[in-house]
Amino acid sequence: MTKHLISSADLSRAEVEDILETAASMHDLQRREVKKVPTLRGRTVINFFFEDSTRTRSSFEIAGKWMSADTINLSAKGSSTSKGESLRDTAMTVDAMAVDALVIRHHASGACHQVAQWVRCSVINAGDGTHEHPTQALLDAYTLRSRLGDLDGKHVVIVGDLTHSRVFRSNIITLKTLGARVTVVAPPTLMPSGIGAWSAADGFATSWDLDPVLDGEGEHGSVDAVMMLRVQRERMSGGYFPTAREYTVGYGLTRDRLERLVARNDDVLVLHPGPMNRGLEIAPEAADSPQSVVLDQVSAGVAVRMAVLYHLLAGEDTPAPMPASATEGAVR
Amino acid sequence: MPCPDLSAPDQSSTDRSSIPEDARDVMSEGDISRALRRIGHEILERNKGSDGLVLLGIPSRGVPLARRLAACIEEVEGTVVPVGELDITLHRDDLRRNPVRTAHRSRIPAGGIDDQVVVLVDDVLYSGRTIRAALDALSELGRPRAVRLAVLVDRGHRELPIRADHVGKNLPTSSAERVHVRVAEVDGLDVVRISGGDAR
Repeated sequence: MTKHLISSADLSRAEVEDILETAASMHDLQRREVKKVPTLRGRTVINFFFEDSTRTRSSFEIAGKWMSADTINLSAKGSSTSKGESLRDTAMTVDAMAVDALVIRHHASGACHQVAQWVRCSVINAGDGTHEHPTQALLDAYTLRSRLGDLDGKHVVIVGDLTHSRVFRSNIITLKTLGARVTVVAPPTLMPSGIGAWSAADGFATSWDLDPVLDGEGEHGSVDAVMMLRVQRERMSGGYFPTAREYTVGYGLTRDRLERLVARNDDVLVLHPGPMNRGLEIAPEAADSPQSVVLDQVSAGVAVRMAVLYHLLAGEDTPAPMPASATEGAVR
Repeated sequence: MPCPDLSAPDQSSTDRSSIPEDARDVMSEGDISRALRRIGHEILERNKGSDGLVLLGIPSRGVPLARRLAACIEEVEGTVVPVGELDITLHRDDLRRNPVRTAHRSRIPAGGIDDQVVVLVDDVLYSGRTIRAALDALSELGRPRAVRLAVLVDRGHRELPIRADHVGKNLPTSSAERVHVRVAEVDGLDVVRISGGDAR
């Protein structure tokens, strides 16, 4: 296991399976009266969230606490970042307090990778810009596997705002690692540029039309799960689609589309990483249907993040070299 | 600065590597079967029957041993004793000395362990650290009326004040020796062998 979790590509299939197996044992904890194990006693985990978050931040905090680590939450507001401190100085300041892990969410793609170069502690990516969100992909895989079993050959359709989606980027990698077949659907304006070469390299299918994919027409084949992505209005400066209504008609999981999906496969699963824009990308009837595993995803989130903290922090210490600036002037 | 490793070498009951050539047999298939039968009877005698018994095997080889004990008890008493698995990975005190181990699910019988007599079952009792971890794991699952310990082999060299209630075979060893337990459900054969140390 690597020291950091920056990208879903850091994990081999065996490592993903180890984490998901460990997560299953963590999940059992949640059903117990005493939801705490002493495994990470004496370790300190800092959750540094430069962007807003409900579930990722609270689940990392709960995960750390249930493993007996000391967890501290920092946000950009209320930290020295608001006084103009640079990311490097902030990261090195926190690292100098001898913490064991830094969980980072940042609006800039690549921020976690960059921080990992500067600090001695483990860095866990909790979402960096439009790049990756590896623990989300792991919890999605956990949720899918707990309902569908082995994901080899299972067909997962990811629909929505692909351009701005770190969830999609991490999911593509983890689902491929686990052998699932993926089709991604988005309007041309929300399809990332260069997706042609990318999909060819990573072996996933793309489509601008949702209905033929959901109906399993031609090569698409039957659908085992549909993952609806959030339309990220905060990352859009407008102009990606004419109206919300038009987006819903073309790409929303409406009641009608859900009924057609269920008619073909009544075990089909509906996922959404949250927060949901009800009525935009997902109809309330779909979000609250028996097919929806949205709350399972949240509950898996804690277990999976416990497993990630365990795999990164529980093992033997590998003393990393002190960063150059910290050793300057040290007596040799 | 990492601490020097003062603990005894890892007694590997889960070691799947091959047993060295010079290993001597100390328990045959027949010996193991007779020892388990005796332990089954001892558990029943001590508990005055099978009421309230729960057998929890410690993975990996404690689990098939617990199942066999339950089968013995069923043969004698005609009652089915619940059997579970207790994974102790998250409670180990040597996590920071070793590469990460995957934690597995514990399987606790549906009736739980509250007010039951839990018999922990493991293959080898050595330092006692595994059992310490198991006791911690148990305390998070409930409050048993009593906890007892049954092991196939007690090889001595305890590092904690822990003893077994039921022992298949007391095996005096030097700490340089290794005890290899193989059970049919995991390894395809039943045998206990000892290797290393000075040939006697």
